Amino acid sequence: MAKVLMKGNEAVGKAAIEAGCKYFFGYPITPQNEIPEYMAKELPNNDGVFVQAESEVSAINMIYGGAGCGARVMTSSSSPGIALKQEGITYIAGAELPAVIVNMMRGGPGLGGIQPSQADYFMSTRGGGNGDYRTPVYAPATVQEAVDMVMEAFEVADYYRTPVMVVADGMIGQMMEPVEFKAPKKRDLPKKDWATTGTNGERKPNIINSLFLDPQALEDHCFKLDRKYKEIEENEVKYEMYKTEDAELVFVAYGTTSRIVKNTVEALREQGIKAGLIRPITLWPFPHKAFNEIPAAKNLLVVEMSTGQMIDDVKIANEGRLPVDFFGRTGGMIPTPGEIMDKAMEVIGGAK
Amino acid sequence: MAVVFKKTEGLTDKQTHYCPGCTHGIIHRLTAEVLDELGVLGKSIGVAPVGCSVLAYDYFNCDMHEASHGRAPAVATGIKRVQPDKVVFTYQGDGDLCSIGAAEIVHAAARGEKITTIFVNNAIYGMTGGQMAPTTLPGQKATTAPLGRDVDHAGMPIRMSEMLATLDGAVFVERVSVNNPANVRKAKKAIKRAFEVQLEGKGFGIVEVLSTCPTNWGLHPVDSLKWLEENMIPYYQLGNLRNPEEAK
Repeated sequence: MAKVLMKGNEAVGKAAIEAGCKYFFGYPITPQNEIPEYMAKELPNNDGVFVQAESEVSAINMIYGGAGCGARVMTSSSSPGIALKQEGITYIAGAELPAVIVNMMRGGPGLGGIQPSQADYFMSTRGGGNGDYRTPVYAPATVQEAVDMVMEAFEVADYYRTPVMVVADGMIGQMMEPVEFKAPKKRDLPKKDWATTGTNGERKPNIINSLFLDPQALEDHCFKLDRKYKEIEENEVKYEMYKTEDAELVFVAYGTTSRIVKNTVEALREQGIKAGLIRPITLWPFPHKAFNEIPAAKNLLVVEMSTGQMIDDVKIANEGRLPVDFFGRTGGMIPTPGEIMDKAMEVIGGAK
Repeated sequence: MAVVFKKTEGLTDKQTHYCPGCTHGIIHRLTAEVLDELGVLGKSIGVAPVGCSVLAYDYFNCDMHEASHGRAPAVATGIKRVQPDKVVFTYQGDGDLCSIGAAEIVHAAARGEKITTIFVNNAIYGMTGGQMAPTTLPGQKATTAPLGRDVDHAGMPIRMSEMLATLDGAVFVERVSVNNPANVRKAKKAIKRAFEVQLEGKGFGIVEVLSTCPTNWGLHPVDSLKWLEENMIPYYQLGNLRNPEEAK
């Protein structure tokens, strides 16, 4: 398929339909409204159904019901809306159902603002709902990656029977870029024989449930989930190493921020400073092993559109080996290459 | 030997956990009998709530989906929109449906979601231990209203069926009771009609069933039936509030 110029949010909607998503339940919130709008327009033409729910809570529970039927389902929202959806996400994780949830992050806390932000890192990677669960989290840096990851998310969701999040920010949702829709590598997906599709009198009833009143049974269930999460950590980690072979100053940044940092790396290299970038593509599982692949590194500098959330994972991955510094803008402010460069100079100076 | 009476296929053999004298068992049975008699058990998907009937998924002999507190109508919406040819129902208590899930039931009804809701109203939170519900009667004692519901403080109880009957999408709304055999028969008739309305594709149907809670009311089961009759029925009047013929 040839490349087409599309707005990020609409491209996400198209990617979902291309991936076989026929059901979208959502609720409007800026800056992701073009996703439900696209689905409302296109799903009926693709033998699918769009329903605008009365709230984010209701939308995610519609997803829970639809996922229980074995269908490919998706919802999208932005930060305060995703906070509301956490209730449903923990149920979907607990009941082991596949679903895709897109978050076009905006500034918070509370109502916050509507400009791009990365302040939902904790909420996404720590399991914002109750209980022992994780969700795979993809963090695209371009509209093309958003498309690829939405498609991949459906495969991962079905393969592991888990909700999967695609976490971008308002910038990616609102920008236009050329994209191509290529089907991801097909996985050997398990049969959905657990789905509530009616027994038709031919099998025992299926029950979709996350309630285990016997604590031993719940512990067994949590350990079973944990084994699945270990498998995901083993197999699904994705990251990019950018000019890190000889890098002495290694940035860590994801999503939109990573694009700005790449420009900064170039600018620093023009000045003879060996800079590089580790870009986590999956925020969970976090690419801990990437931090074993930076032989020349003397400093780590984390850059985020938050007051510092991923820095915790970077410190865990780094295990105290290198000094870790941080630069962040938040509330919808986007860091500039210039100010990142200033921070880089300060960090290098401090290390000398 | 001819079988003149047997357990409905709509229920599993699992023994229920309900307290002695609780009428959930009757309401389960009526719902299950109706699904069985309509011949739709194999294409039915039920949504269980939180609260006393949280384990309903173990008792109904059809595919079941457990929902979080109050969200059963949203879960049922997801199921029905994916599988419009299936029979989808929610089974919810008053805390679940009237309080935390008030938005979900109102909007499922407003959308005319082609599902059936069995709404069990016993005027109290049962599973969590007798706290006040939105349906608790004025003066009725509850653990969070130890002196009885003070309407100046907590407001008047919600008549959910009357509220829902104002919505165009709610094409079948009826309130019934299971306090005596005659009312049990009427309850079954209403439940059957509610499912038929779904099968006819007409819209949302709900049957509110007045039910007892001897444990949390602190009454003997027989006295509970009497209490229901003398206190609940005058406030929550029985009868059909809306049917498809009127809804047109």
